[in-house]
Amino acid sequence: MAYEPVLTKHVGEPNAYTLDFYMKNQRGYEGLRRALTMKPNDIIEQVKASGLRGRGGAGFPTGMKWQFVLKDTPKPKYICCNADESEPGTFKDHVLMERNPHLLIEGCAISCYAIGAKVAYIYIRGEFYHVQEILEAEIEKAYKAGYLGKNIFGSGFDCDVFMHRGAGAYEAGEETALIESLEGKRAQPRLKPPFPAVAGLYQCPTAVNNVETLCNVPLIMLNGAEWFAKLGPEKNGGPKLYCVSGHVKKPGVYEASMDTTLRELIYDYAGGIRGDRSLKAIIPGGSSVPLLLPDQLDTPASFDAVQKAGSLLGSAGLIVLDDSVCMVWLAMNLLHFYRHESCGKCTPCREGGDWLYKLLLRLERGEGQAKDLDLLFGVANNIIGKTLCAFGDAAATPVLSTMKLFRAEYEAHVREGRCTLPADWRARQPLFAGAH
Amino acid sequence: MSFHPEMEYAPAKFHRSERKLAVPGEPFEYTPEHQAKFDQNVTQYPPDQRKSAILYALYLAQKQQGYLTAAAMRHVAEQIRCTPAEVEDVVSYYTMFYTRPVGKYVLNVCRTLSCALLGAERVTEELSAKLGIKPGETDPTGTFTLMEVECLGACDRAPVVMVNDDWHEGLSPNQCAKFIDDIRARGGATFTGCHLDKERRRT
Repeated sequence: MAYEPVLTKHVGEPNAYTLDFYMKNQRGYEGLRRALTMKPNDIIEQVKASGLRGRGGAGFPTGMKWQFVLKDTPKPKYICCNADESEPGTFKDHVLMERNPHLLIEGCAISCYAIGAKVAYIYIRGEFYHVQEILEAEIEKAYKAGYLGKNIFGSGFDCDVFMHRGAGAYEAGEETALIESLEGKRAQPRLKPPFPAVAGLYQCPTAVNNVETLCNVPLIMLNGAEWFAKLGPEKNGGPKLYCVSGHVKKPGVYEASMDTTLRELIYDYAGGIRGDRSLKAIIPGGSSVPLLLPDQLDTPASFDAVQKAGSLLGSAGLIVLDDSVCMVWLAMNLLHFYRHESCGKCTPCREGGDWLYKLLLRLERGEGQAKDLDLLFGVANNIIGKTLCAFGDAAATPVLSTMKLFRAEYEAHVREGRCTLPADWRARQPLFAGAH
Repeated sequence: MSFHPEMEYAPAKFHRSERKLAVPGEPFEYTPEHQAKFDQNVTQYPPDQRKSAILYALYLAQKQQGYLTAAAMRHVAEQIRCTPAEVEDVVSYYTMFYTRPVGKYVLNVCRTLSCALLGAERVTEELSAKLGIKPGETDPTGTFTLMEVECLGACDRAPVVMVNDDWHEGLSPNQCAKFIDDIRARGGATFTGCHLDKERRRT
């Protein structure tokens, strides 16, 4: 735990969100000043050398993404910042935007310069209205101080940053769906290719980056690619924010390097399991990834190591489950989410999500039959890989993963005709237990 | 009929006569203040992409009238220069737009995993018992609407309730009855807001 936070070092201090504080304590806008003296291509090279990987979930190298953005085109280019943080268990971007908004604004400006864009849109989810108010006020201050707008630092570079408020759609976090939503349509994903780097917002070349990714860019400009890469293990450089929630004593956002193990995150950072019960399983990267068991706790929480252990780091939203959690209920709760949030474009996800939910509800109520288990497995497998975006895979994963690891619980629900683990924190009446 | 041999296909029970159309509503027009805000917002998009401002335009209309009527959607369509059908297409997709009247306080209880692990199902149950309404309903006085929503992105302060644009964090089931009484007595001052936002709320 000798790691010293760089992204969230000051978040707890009073007025950490103000421009004055940022200038005084975080060498504010020096990264941008430095970037504007460089060639755009050199910035991309430096980001590539730093090994910065996208923090939104896929872990794709950011420098590569920027390099793919079409250069020789008369069309304008765009940066879209994905602040539609909706993955269950994830709340890291919330902290950054709320307590360190200028880091994001600076990151937007630098990335605009790097890919040759003049406009960045921050697509923020509709529920984060209080965050949006802060960001809007701070963007205004950045304009007044000359860090945004026309001819920044006399370099001739113009940059605008605008806020765009979403209206409650999980699917808008998918990059092409986000672009559709920004264009004023329903947030439904597009067929890829063409990728946004070629034809994105308004059919112009676009880079869509997560908030945390963009916040790392000023740090690379300030301290260099080598410093950044050394903060973590190989190919997983830089600081990482982990969101720990569920049955832990101190849920919250913790910044660590990616060689920290899941055990350290749960027991050292988050204080261990609530009520000192035993750990049953963890979801390491937001609700869309497979579960890990307690014997895998010593896995380092890096993109590569978690993948090797059979799951994904995703958005680094750790949901900790103690031994009171019924796994059929867990799958049902998550499928209620996916059923509700499916955008409806692809049939396997739209219909299959609903079928999965109904089957799980039937099992959880004790009305399930033995053949339902095979049906569940069959339906889930017919969603995976058959949809335009990763949503379908995400919806099937909780079912397949819990069935693989806890099949005995499913069978017990069928055999005993009731839920075998009715915890006291769950609803007493069926109406509130996901029955609608 | 069923598309899957083993599964009941729910919309088979649905007839198009049951479709809920938008409420026609009174003639609608933005107040000059909202018109100015819209005209300002639309400039942040390229001139030929007015449709990008549609969510903002709908928020303004909803703020002015509480919910979106067919008249309001027509007005938005005129502002955006698109068809009313395109506006309704968008309205019907996003969960934060209401097409029916809602109460003064819309209680959105987060029901997704991290909140549910700490008793969100019980929170809805208690709020429902206290108010005498089911999720999705508005109480007879038009003060409260109870809704269940999916992940609000504040899992560390579970269970979370969003009330209109404000937040209330860490609402345990046994505080629910008092929570409602407090809102009745003190209004918006009851809400804890986002814990990260403390100092700004004080000023």
